[in-house]
Amino acid sequence: MNLLNIITEIEKKDPEVYDRINDRRSALKNFTGFASKVAAVSMPFMLGSMFKKAYGQTTTSIVSVLNYALTLEYLESEFYIAGVARGAALIPAANLPAFTTIRDHEVAHVAFLRAAITGAGGTPVAKPAFDFTAGNGNNMGPYADVFTNYATFLAVAQAFEDTGVRAYKGQAGAVMSNKDVLTAALRIHSVEARHAAHVRRLRKERGATNNDPWITGNNAGGIPGVAAVYAGEETVTQAGITITNINGLAISVDAATEAFDEPLTTAQVLAIVDPFIV
Amino acid sequence: MEIINRKTKELSLAREIEHSQVSRRKFLRTAGIFGMAATVAGAGCSRSGDDFVDNGGVVDLGSGDFGILNYAYALEQLEAAFYIQATATPFSGITAAETGYLQDIRDHEIAHREFFKNALGTNAIKALEVDFSTINFGNRDSVLGTAKAFEDLGVSAYNGAGRLLVSGDYLLIAGKIVSVEARHAALIRDLITPNSFAASDVVDGMGLDVSRTPPQVLAIAKTYIKTQLDASKLPA
Repeated sequence: MNLLNIITEIEKKDPEVYDRINDRRSALKNFTGFASKVAAVSMPFMLGSMFKKAYGQTTTSIVSVLNYALTLEYLESEFYIAGVARGAALIPAANLPAFTTIRDHEVAHVAFLRAAITGAGGTPVAKPAFDFTAGNGNNMGPYADVFTNYATFLAVAQAFEDTGVRAYKGQAGAVMSNKDVLTAALRIHSVEARHAAHVRRLRKERGATNNDPWITGNNAGGIPGVAAVYAGEETVTQAGITITNINGLAISVDAATEAFDEPLTTAQVLAIVDPFIV
Repeated sequence: MEIINRKTKELSLAREIEHSQVSRRKFLRTAGIFGMAATVAGAGCSRSGDDFVDNGGVVDLGSGDFGILNYAYALEQLEAAFYIQATATPFSGITAAETGYLQDIRDHEIAHREFFKNALGTNAIKALEVDFSTINFGNRDSVLGTAKAFEDLGVSAYNGAGRLLVSGDYLLIAGKIVSVEARHAALIRDLITPNSFAASDVVDGMGLDVSRTPPQVLAIAKTYIKTQLDASKLPA
């Protein structure tokens, strides 16, 4: 929870930080092939005001969840903005289109969530400063070469995407009182999973073991320091039903763990991303 | 160990195929419509309360959360049957990597299917009959194109069904499955066209994936499901 406090503090000190760095207009301008500007601008506002009217009593808790999601999207969007900006110096030409796509999605998620929060009468948290080396601001953390070494960039990308999938999943119950917010969250959630699958396969093709597009057991695919990202993924029991060899069919332990992704709590996610937040 | 695993998988596959043939025979006998399966466009019985009753071969998915779970069960049956066939008769020129991926996905879909079957218990619909006559299993484009359609459809179905569930526990289960379907979809898309894992035909300008209602999904899926489904009591 201290992460959200930190963000609130930053916003108090510098209320314009968001507008200066990443206002909505420039975010939209950054899109390539952006087909439906009108829909993009109006839909989240409609969403926000709709649920404000219909679910006034739960607005506070839902805005908190949306701000939590926004914080994670800030993390991802800033990461890919910085990575893609390095261009061929960091990312091979064949892979640049994919990371441009991912960057655009994360930037769009930031815009979407900010608009939804504002539309609901809430205040979007400000964007914190990040240290993508996971050094808590010293820029000399364990991923010190994150923007100069493609392997490290991919490793951090995979950790972020798999964390994002688990983080959204962990909030489904908290927003299910509002059907429109729930649906929007699900639609972001599956996009993060698509990203994760792509990045995981890129790493697999570069030699990472136990790193299929899906998560096998609690394997971290050789990424150091991310055990918490995969903790719990080894479960083979769902709603009390054992998946391994279910009904006499040959479903291996690996397949049983791969077939279901697991959620993370807010506290677990904040502990994972804390080293990346200054 | 690898060999033993593969062996077990093959045995299991054989059981699967045998099982589906047996149920098909049984269905034909029970329904008494030998040679007319295609025109009847359906199989056997439908659920009504706790009893199976003959309803002109239409399968009733039911209502409430069980209805949504049966809807998911139907889609998982379709996906599992597809990958069982795709791995039993691999397309020509399939690579070792592709074989591994399709076998993994097959096992995930079987796990999903059996999970729903057990979770639903006596509320579960029966095994559905599929119709893959439009798919050329010997051809890579046909198989991967169908896989892509099924996976994207599955993602959109779960994304649209979340709001229809009352139970938070079932919602979480749906969330655990949908991200795996999205991982499948991303991979299959990349196998067809590199970097198309989240292309603009499935992810819109706001960065949102596709969401479909049960009627929208079933209208697409019905090409591949011979059994006629009654989704009229599903929550909307």
